[in-house]
Amino acid sequence: MAIDITKIFKKKQTEILERWMQNQLADAGLREDLMSNEDLRAESEELITALVKSLNDKNLSDADSGDFDHVIEILSGISISRARQGYSPRETGLFIMSLKQALIEVVQDEIEGPKELVEVTLKLNRLMDSFSIITFETFIKGREEVILRQTDEISEISTPVIRVWDGIIALPIIGTLDSARTQVVMESLLTEIVESESSVAILDISGVPTVDSLVAQHLLKTVSATRLMGAECIISGIRPEIAQTIVHLGIDLSGIVTKATLASALQYAFRTLRLVVKKEVKAIS
Amino acid sequence: MKQILNMITATISLNKDHMPVQRDQDVVPFRNRVKEYATKIRMGLVNQTKLQTAASELVRNMLRYGGGGEILIEVVSRGRDNGIRLTFSDKGPGIADIAMAMKDGYSTGKSLGLGLPGTKRLVNEFDIKSELGKGTKVVILKWANG
Ligand SMILES: Nc1ncnc2c1ncn2[C@@H]1O[C@H](COP(=O)(O)OP(=O)(O)OP(=O)(O)O)[C@@H](O)[C@H]1O
Ligand SMILES: [Mg+2]
Repeated sequence: MAIDITKIFKKKQTEILERWMQNQLADAGLREDLMSNEDLRAESEELITALVKSLNDKNLSDADSGDFDHVIEILSGISISRARQGYSPRETGLFIMSLKQALIEVVQDEIEGPKELVEVTLKLNRLMDSFSIITFETFIKGREEVILRQTDEISEISTPVIRVWDGIIALPIIGTLDSARTQVVMESLLTEIVESESSVAILDISGVPTVDSLVAQHLLKTVSATRLMGAECIISGIRPEIAQTIVHLGIDLSGIVTKATLASALQYAFRTLRLVVKKEVKAIS
Repeated sequence: MKQILNMITATISLNKDHMPVQRDQDVVPFRNRVKEYATKIRMGLVNQTKLQTAASELVRNMLRYGGGGEILIEVVSRGRDNGIRLTFSDKGPGIADIAMAMKDGYSTGKSLGLGLPGTKRLVNEFDIKSELGKGTKVVILKWANG
C-alpha cells in the first residue's frame, strides 16, 4: 500500500499548524518582546502552506529538488530577518525543528503500518534536517552582515582628526591599519588639512598593535599624500619593540620624520612653525 | 609535511591548534591567537612583537597569493626553552623561484617585497617549500627567549 503523503498533509494542514504553534509557544525561550504571536503565526502559516504545496512522494527524499525553491526562499528570509533582529540561534532553530516534530506527530496518527511509518518518518527527518541546515547557514550569514556593518561603523568613528594647534592636526590611529581603514584615514586627514589650513599633520600609531609591511606601506602612502598637499607629516608613537621589528623587517622609514611620543612630535611641529612654548617666570613680589 | 618538520630543530610539541584563514577579517583573530599563546609561554614583548609581525606577513601572503589556507599553531619545547611554531599551508599557485621571492624588494604584487625576507630575519627558524600548481608551506619558529 503506497502512502500518499501529499494527501495527508493537505488534509491535516490546519492541525499541523496548530501543533507547530503549540510546540513553539511551549518553549520558555520564546521572544515575545521581539515578535507578537500573530506575526509568528503568520510566518508559520506562510511556510507551511508553501511546504504542503510543494511536497510530494517523489521529492520527499530529495531536499535539493527545485520544487522547494519557494520554501527555501521563505525560510531564508525568516532566518535572515531573525538574525538581524537579534534572535539567538536556539530561537531560530526551534522554529524549524518544532515544525519537524509537528509533521512527524501528524504522520504518526495517519499511517498505520509500522514499516511505512518508519520509512516516511525517516525521509521527513532527513528533509527537515536539511532545511534546518539551510536555516542555520542563512542565520549565520545574517549575523555576519551585521558584523560587517559594525566594522564599517567602527572604522569611521575611530579615526578622529584633532586640531591640536593652529596649523597642526593630529590623528591617533587605534587598531589595525588595513586597506579600507587607510582609505578612511587618508580621506579625513587630507580633508582636514585643507579645511584647517594646517601645514603639519601628526599620525600617532601608539594604538596600532602590529606594524607589518602592509601597514608600513599604508603609512608611507599617507605620508606622501600629505606631502602632496603641501603639509609635513610626522609619525609618532613608535614603541621600542615596534622600532626593532621595523628594522628587522627591512622597512625604510628614513625619509620620514618619526618620533617616539606625541609630545615630541608636537615639539617638533612647534619648532617648524617657529612657535615657542615657555614656562612663565613670575616675579617674586 | 614530515620533511619540513625534520628540517626544523627537533622539538616536542606540547599543544596545537588549527586555524583556517579565508578572508582579510580572519587576520586579526589569528594574530590575537598567536599573542595568547606567546603570552602563555611568557615570551618577551620584543620577541612577541617580532613573532606577531612575522605571522602577519605570512598570513597576508597566504591570503593575497595563496587564496587562503590553514595555519597550525604549536607550542614546542626544547630543553628549558619554550617556543611557538607556526605552519602556513595553502593550495595556491605556488612560488616558481623561491630564491627570488626571498630577496628584499622582490614582489609580484607591486608591494614592498619585504614579507618573506623580513619574516626570516624576525624569527629563529624559517623554512619554505613550494610546488607550482600545488601550493606553498612556510614554517617559522620563535623561541620565548631566543
Ligand atoms: N603563499 C604564496 N603563494 C604564492 N606566491 C607567494 C606566496 N607568498 C609569497 N609569494 C610570492 O613571493 C613574493 C614575495 O613575497 P613577499 O611577502 O616577500 O613580498 P610581497 O608580499 O610581494 O610584498 P610585502 O610582503 O612587502 O607587502 C610575492 O610577491 C609573491 O609573488
Ligand atoms: Mg608579503
